[in-house]
Amino acid sequence: MMNFRSPYLGLWLLVAVLAVLPFALPNAFYMDLAIRMAINAVIVLGLNLLIGFAGQISLGHAGFLGIGAYSSAVLTTHFNWHPAFAMAAGAAACAVLAALVARPIFKLKGHYLAMATLGLGIILTIVITNEGAWTGGPDGMPVPPFALFGFELYGEKHWYWVVAAVLAISVWASLNLIDSPFGRALRALHGSEVASQVVGVDVVRYKVAIFVLSAVFASLMGSVTAHYVGFVTPGVAGFFHSIELVTMVVIGGMASVYGSVLGAVLLTALPQALATFEGWETVAFGTILVFTMIFMPKGLVPTLAAKLGRKD
Amino acid sequence: MLAQFLQFLFSGVTVGATYALAALGFTLIYNASNVINFAQGEFIMLGGMLTVFFMQLGLPMPAAVVLAIVVPAFVGVLVEKLAIEPAKGAETVTLIIITIGCSLIIRGLVQVWLGKGTHAVAPFSGSEPIAVLGATLLPQSLWVLGVTGVVVAALWYFFSRTLAGKAILATSFNPVAAQLVGINTSWVLFISFALSAALGALGGILVAPITLTSYDVGIMLGLKGFVAAVVGGLGSGLGAVVGGLMVGIVEAMAAGYISSAYKDAVPFVLILAILFFMPRGLFGAKVTDRV
Repeated sequence: MMNFRSPYLGLWLLVAVLAVLPFALPNAFYMDLAIRMAINAVIVLGLNLLIGFAGQISLGHAGFLGIGAYSSAVLTTHFNWHPAFAMAAGAAACAVLAALVARPIFKLKGHYLAMATLGLGIILTIVITNEGAWTGGPDGMPVPPFALFGFELYGEKHWYWVVAAVLAISVWASLNLIDSPFGRALRALHGSEVASQVVGVDVVRYKVAIFVLSAVFASLMGSVTAHYVGFVTPGVAGFFHSIELVTMVVIGGMASVYGSVLGAVLLTALPQALATFEGWETVAFGTILVFTMIFMPKGLVPTLAAKLGRKD
Repeated sequence: MLAQFLQFLFSGVTVGATYALAALGFTLIYNASNVINFAQGEFIMLGGMLTVFFMQLGLPMPAAVVLAIVVPAFVGVLVEKLAIEPAKGAETVTLIIITIGCSLIIRGLVQVWLGKGTHAVAPFSGSEPIAVLGATLLPQSLWVLGVTGVVVAALWYFFSRTLAGKAILATSFNPVAAQLVGINTSWVLFISFALSAALGALGGILVAPITLTSYDVGIMLGLKGFVAAVVGGLGSGLGAVVGGLMVGIVEAMAAGYISSAYKDAVPFVLILAILFFMPRGLFGAKVTDRV
């Protein structure tokens, strides 16, 4: 029974689903959807560490995604960099930027923090849109394919396995991180900042660390998206994308690893499902957001877990 | 030189007045319920779009304007009753997502109902520019400033001289204590949402003849209104007005003297700069957290 309750059960389940999925999906359209779900899931895992575990709101997270995507696009296209180096450079840039802004930003709380991160995201989007000579402006720019050791990643079949592996590793890493002293410090911080300070948690250092970590997650996945799709537009860094990501965190369940995955899967699929509403998509999407938040303010996974827990 | 400066100043103050009205809307709701209403921008949009709609129905302008204020106020109350109140006590992020959901619903409905087109509203009194020291001032700008001035004065009177206004202030300071002395706090929420939606709509109506309007103008206007409210320090009425004007003026100056392409980024650079040095905005209360 002990083993059955282990948090790693979900991980094995996920690995099994990921392994079988490509053989069950009827065509490339669904493969593409699965890949985008997995990419979002990895980003949301990182963001959930920040929002759910450390209790800090970021309404500008897509900005980091944009930095990663455009580093990959610009450095490979204009400077002939190797895609792997371009990807690393984007991640490093995000880490530096996140660390620089984190200290002043994390002196802020609640709505002020929401405002600051939102502002950061919007500024990045406007820079990307305006520097057309480098980024192609509002129309976006093509991105060359990703190649490593002479092997070129091409099409849904290749990318699926890469992204699936990254997702499985990220889930495993997140589970471990939460159970580590670092994770416990984060949760303590969410509970009460002052209390955790009193017992010796360096609050600011942990907040900065988690912010940098989630920014790097986002940047790497931004690069992956850019290479996979083969094209980037400023929308990748936009306010709406940021909101979408936060929504995935909250709908799936704050501070829930599997909630992050579920939230990403559902909200990536939702626009496809709503496409049949012809013109009413925005209304339907908004209505679903409001209802989910009113009836399950803790998100799907924690709410369902609580329900199941009560039964046995 | 002076003429150019004045020109930028006029356009900054005009658009700043709209931001100020939006920021007052944010402030009212924040004070009454601690919620940042991300649907605030949609009320601005509703103001402009509904004026267009009612005038197309053949209503005279004053009637269209009144309806374009009353209907959003009603929508504001609906938002409070149907979405905010049922989620009482939820976390900040949850409430933010609820208001974003509401803004999507409002924007989506207007898009389906009135289409994606951009509309112009005729200026209230002629479009002959007035020359001031070499710069030109649109008559509509005077409308914007005049009406905003009157509204701000009326709000000041309401909050400092009437029992109803004081009841709202009391609720924002301490809801439990307010309830204990007999204030109907759910009425306060009702009034705050109606008033804040009406203020937003009014701003949208006033500025529509200058900037045009469409179903999606609410996003940027709303975010800049939020910036203005934070610049002034969330919760301060004076701060909201000063913040709105400041954001408008800085934006217009930067657009004129530095780069018009980066105009929309200016308010956000401004807010980051201010928050880095003054974590609670210009007029924000110095609060120490209770442990």
